[in-house]
Amino acid sequence: MELTLDDYLLVSGLLFAIGFAGVLLRRNIIIIFMCLEMMLNAANLSLVAFSRFRVQDGLPNYNGQMLVFFIITVAAAEVAVGLAVIVALYRARGTTHVEDVSSLKF
Amino acid sequence: MLGFACAVVVNRNPVASALSLVLSFIGLAALFFMLDAYFIGTIQVLVYAGAVMVLFLFIIMLLDLKAEERRKFNTSVLIGGLVVFAAFFAQLYAIIQQVPDGHQPFPVLPERLEDVHNIGFLLFSNYNLPFQVVGVLLLVASVGVVILSKRELK
Repeated sequence: MELTLDDYLLVSGLLFAIGFAGVLLRRNIIIIFMCLEMMLNAANLSLVAFSRFRVQDGLPNYNGQMLVFFIITVAAAEVAVGLAVIVALYRARGTTHVEDVSSLKF
Repeated sequence: MLGFACAVVVNRNPVASALSLVLSFIGLAALFFMLDAYFIGTIQVLVYAGAVMVLFLFIIMLLDLKAEERRKFNTSVLIGGLVVFAAFFAQLYAIIQQVPDGHQPFPVLPERLEDVHNIGFLLFSNYNLPFQVVGVLLLVASVGVVILSKRELK
């Protein structure tokens, strides 16, 4: 059995949905952050699958893979800043639970 | 890979969650290799499974997070989350069914694919400006992290 584009898109969609459910269900801010990373990776998988599917001149369409490269770079920067914010939050409040951090709640 | 992704959400212990995410990312890298995206797969292992997840584990152990057991599990939140998950996935599945040529096998590639060469060439020709912008972004991020981790701001 050969895998088709549909299979990869399905896996990518499932991974995104799992990450999305994690963001909704979990209350630990670090786990929420990890689930965000998972959603970014799901998008990467569908980009690479489309890049492989649209072959030009016998080569994959590398524009999609370039986009993935930039997404990975930006995600790395985002993780660094986000974790610094979480550490600052933990120092100020002593918690990483989103329910304990509700000063902005109306 | 999807099983480990579920384990990230289900595990109560943050360390176990992070380690499951590492395994999930390695599985994803294997999928990238299957799609002949060798460079992206390598970057995935090096940057995500390596650097990013080590950073996560480092922070989890630095903050000394315990497994969350004291909280009662909120049933309505659980049901709401699962409903949103199911609705989202059903919608997505309907859309994927409409992708043209989705059932065709992937086109064949030449035996020897100079993946890194092609990506590097494209990176320094067509995508030169975004590449430099990303470099500035990384600089800004590292300066921002240093500012954020200062104990008191002047």
